[in-house]
Amino acid sequence: MADFLTTPLGILVIVIAQVLLVVAFVMISLLFLVYGDRKIWAAVQMRRGPNVVGPWGLLQTVADALKYVVKEIVIPSGADRAVFIMAPLVSFVLAMVTWSVIPFNETWVLSDLNVAILFVFAISSLEVYGVIMGGWASNSKYPFLGSLRSAAQMISYEVSIGLIIIGVILSSGSMNFGGIVAAQDGNYGLFSWYWLPHFPMVFLFFISALAETNRPPFDLPEAESELVAGYQVEYSSTPFLLFMAGEYIAIFLMCALTTLLFFGGWLSPIPFIPDSPLWMVAKMAFFFFMFAMVKAIVPRFRYDQLMRIGWKVFLPLSLFWVVWVAFAARYEFFGGAYARWTVGG
Amino acid sequence: MQSGDLSIALPEIILSLFAMGGLLVGAYGGKDKLASLMLWVTAAVLVALAAWIGFQGAGTATVFNGMFTDDAFARFAKVTVLLSAAAVLLMSESYMIKRDLLRFEYPLLIALASVGMMVMVSASDLIALYMGLELQSLALYVVASLRRDSVKSTEAGLKYFVLGALSSGLLLYGASLVYGFSGTTEFAGIIQAAQGETPVGMLIGLSFVIAGLAFKVSAAPFHMWTPDVYEGAPTPITAFFATAPKMAAMGLFARVVHDAFGGVIGDWQQIVAALAVASMFLGAVAAIGQRNIKRLMAYSSIAHMGFALMGLASGTAQGVESMLIYMAIYVTMNIGTFAFILSMEKDGSPVLTIDALSLYSKRDPAKALAVLVLMFSLAGVPPMVGFFGKYSVLLAAVDGGLAWLAILGVTASVIGAFYYLRIVFIMYFGADESELDKGGSGILWGFLMASAAAMVFGVFNLFGIEGPAAAAAAALAG
Amino acid sequence: MSAQIFAFYLFAVSCVAGGLFTVIARNPVHSVLWLILSFLSAAGLFVLLGAEFVAMLLIIVYVGAVAVLFLFVVMMLDVDFAELKAEMARYLPLALLIGVVILMQLAMAFGVWETAEGVTLADRPDAIAGGGDHNTDALGRILYDKYFLLFQLSGLILLVAMVGAIVLTLRHRDYVKRQDVLAQMYRDPAEAMELKDIKPGQGL
Repeated sequence: MADFLTTPLGILVIVIAQVLLVVAFVMISLLFLVYGDRKIWAAVQMRRGPNVVGPWGLLQTVADALKYVVKEIVIPSGADRAVFIMAPLVSFVLAMVTWSVIPFNETWVLSDLNVAILFVFAISSLEVYGVIMGGWASNSKYPFLGSLRSAAQMISYEVSIGLIIIGVILSSGSMNFGGIVAAQDGNYGLFSWYWLPHFPMVFLFFISALAETNRPPFDLPEAESELVAGYQVEYSSTPFLLFMAGEYIAIFLMCALTTLLFFGGWLSPIPFIPDSPLWMVAKMAFFFFMFAMVKAIVPRFRYDQLMRIGWKVFLPLSLFWVVWVAFAARYEFFGGAYARWTVGG
Repeated sequence: MQSGDLSIALPEIILSLFAMGGLLVGAYGGKDKLASLMLWVTAAVLVALAAWIGFQGAGTATVFNGMFTDDAFARFAKVTVLLSAAAVLLMSESYMIKRDLLRFEYPLLIALASVGMMVMVSASDLIALYMGLELQSLALYVVASLRRDSVKSTEAGLKYFVLGALSSGLLLYGASLVYGFSGTTEFAGIIQAAQGETPVGMLIGLSFVIAGLAFKVSAAPFHMWTPDVYEGAPTPITAFFATAPKMAAMGLFARVVHDAFGGVIGDWQQIVAALAVASMFLGAVAAIGQRNIKRLMAYSSIAHMGFALMGLASGTAQGVESMLIYMAIYVTMNIGTFAFILSMEKDGSPVLTIDALSLYSKRDPAKALAVLVLMFSLAGVPPMVGFFGKYSVLLAAVDGGLAWLAILGVTASVIGAFYYLRIVFIMYFGADESELDKGGSGILWGFLMASAAAMVFGVFNLFGIEGPAAAAAAALAG
Repeated sequence: MSAQIFAFYLFAVSCVAGGLFTVIARNPVHSVLWLILSFLSAAGLFVLLGAEFVAMLLIIVYVGAVAVLFLFVVMMLDVDFAELKAEMARYLPLALLIGVVILMQLAMAFGVWETAEGVTLADRPDAIAGGGDHNTDALGRILYDKYFLLFQLSGLILLVAMVGAIVLTLRHRDYVKRQDVLAQMYRDPAEAMELKDIKPGQGL
């Protein structure tokens, strides 16, 4: 057996098994994320939320997914068939691909890339294609308007996300998530993490993540009062399911990114408790809770306000922050809090 | 990288910092209300930098890992570029205000274009060359279409942009072949690699580089953008196109062929000579049919580029010297001529046909006389300075063993004299009285008179530019 | 055939095919999508070369931003491509002639490609920077140290491009009402509003 695992075929088997493990983790979390989202939302509005299918309604999402899958795929007659079908696939597959470089522990990662964070950023910058292709291929006004809005919005917020990430990269001297997390390891538990030195950027990142994933209060591409459902209007059945799954996976990825970049990944917040992947999952769950709360509490922005915040507030702030971090790291302000690679090693 | 590197490039750094600061002040301050002030300050900065560079010590320094050279040649070209840019800026103020075109970005774009030109003449690396060229060109594309509500102006900008991009492509393509041959982009490395026999790949690269550069100096057969751009762009911008960028592109041309390909003079000599002949004849013949004075000046500049290239074609230090002198004279003449064209107005709106000049001598004898001097000088009629410019390039060509080229040059210059003299004829012996407005701005009058006076009094010693030009040529080809 | 060679041919073929279909696709939106495929394959080739940083930048900049703008333009502009193509067909013979001439020149140039003595053409960035570091590091050293001047100049070029775009397109319209967020936030209800007690049956 041990011999078999070192042959090319054996390595292939191992890789496939690892990939399936990650996919399974993401898909199972997805089921409960959607359920949790609806429950939290319901709780804020003093409703019960899903409570019929399965114990406490836990299987509601499974039932929904099954319903979507068994329905007929409707393709509008004027649609560009190939692009119409490809759009949700792009959206889903790209969201899935990014998980290949997300680590859950020091060695628990599918592909330990040098430039992992750039990879994530590159793939998430591609996610806009799912939306724009879907909107265009539907050959209908509302989807098209929705997709244009969405594309503009995602590109705008990508810029500030990129700049915030650059600040973290400067501080940690590594573009590998393992390196970034290792740079946050210190003697003071949760006070060694980057949320403290990069304090204002945590908020900027969180808000930009909301906009980047088209979550409320920035869900203008599908603002139902104006555009019915934006780029998803013409979609039904499995393609729609893929769009929705892709969206949730992207949101969950943003939770993972926040955790890794600012909150120490799998590191334990209290010095004498051991680090563990459970911390990582717990932190991600917490940030998803924040996402859900924002969706429940904050009213939707107007489109011009959204663009104004992105370009006139976030961009200058994050640009300034990069310059500040560069100086702080170079001259080791605050005992080198911004230049952890010189302190921690 | 040491701070010494930065201090060599200090004029460029100061100018770009000034432009950036000006943009901030303009954007957050009074916007276009500051434009006039910005224009004067920019001109003052340009003149101050020119004076500083001019009076800087001698010597040659190569910095930034051999990408940037400061030598006598670069200094000569930079002083000419900066002074002519400042002159054109000052001339443009009243015109731009009248047409409501004076935006605060205009002088700053000119300043940034000047940075590009300074880098061009100092570049000693193919990439630095390209960067300087693009910085200059990009700013020029924008100012060409500054009058954005006019179809002709936007057409000029677009044409210039598309053809300029094409020529940059040719240049880059050639540069990549040269790099493939020599394994380095530095001129110092290329000249070592390119000695004696050149393989065909390198030769193709060299031709592409020269074709790209010929586009930028508007030498025939790469001249087709010039008349349209000259006609469409606002007149002060045309004046700018005709002066500083031409000097910079010529300087760049000379530096590339001598610094990078000085070991294979025979290979590029024939290309440059062919460009020179084509430009001289095309400029001389095609201008005859033109009644629009801006188009006429476009063909005139093509012809003049032909003569400057003739100096370069000789492949000697004497050739470079004569080219520099020729360009300095050309720039001075053009500033005067465009000062006059800018003042050609009827009831406050610009007039551009040469027929409007008929019997102008009766209306404004002083200006008519100045224009007469300038036209004679442009044509190369003996007592004026323009003749000495032509004489020196012809001499350089003969001494460089290109007597046939010199003979063709004389022929072209005789043909070309026709249209310059026709303007003089119309002014003095035209049919009916000119109705152009009298007077006009004092600045334009001043530049016109100063330029005309220079064409007359420069005869004695050319204001001493021969010495610096010789030093510059020695730095390059010596 | 090792996995690497297989990957190389996969990316190379899809890169070329993407380029081909970009040119011949009838629908301009499809052209852009093929172009994106071509970009992505090029990024894959960069990864195979060991230049993962460049590969990621290629995706982020070209696919993530530039191609999206292409898509915007192609989708929103009502360009009649059939008419454009008819126009192009008139000049096709001339274009073909020029293309053939350049192709022959290329064949001449590359058929007997010679370099100067002692020139090696396969320098990779890590080789230039002295090896050891991974290539993001090496690129940084070259870009910010050796090519410092060029880096700054390209910054200036981009500045000019930005200023140019603003100069040529921005118009100050006085009649447009804009939202002034700060003014809204600093409005004082005490000054902006007045409460009046209106008795029933009476107007103001």
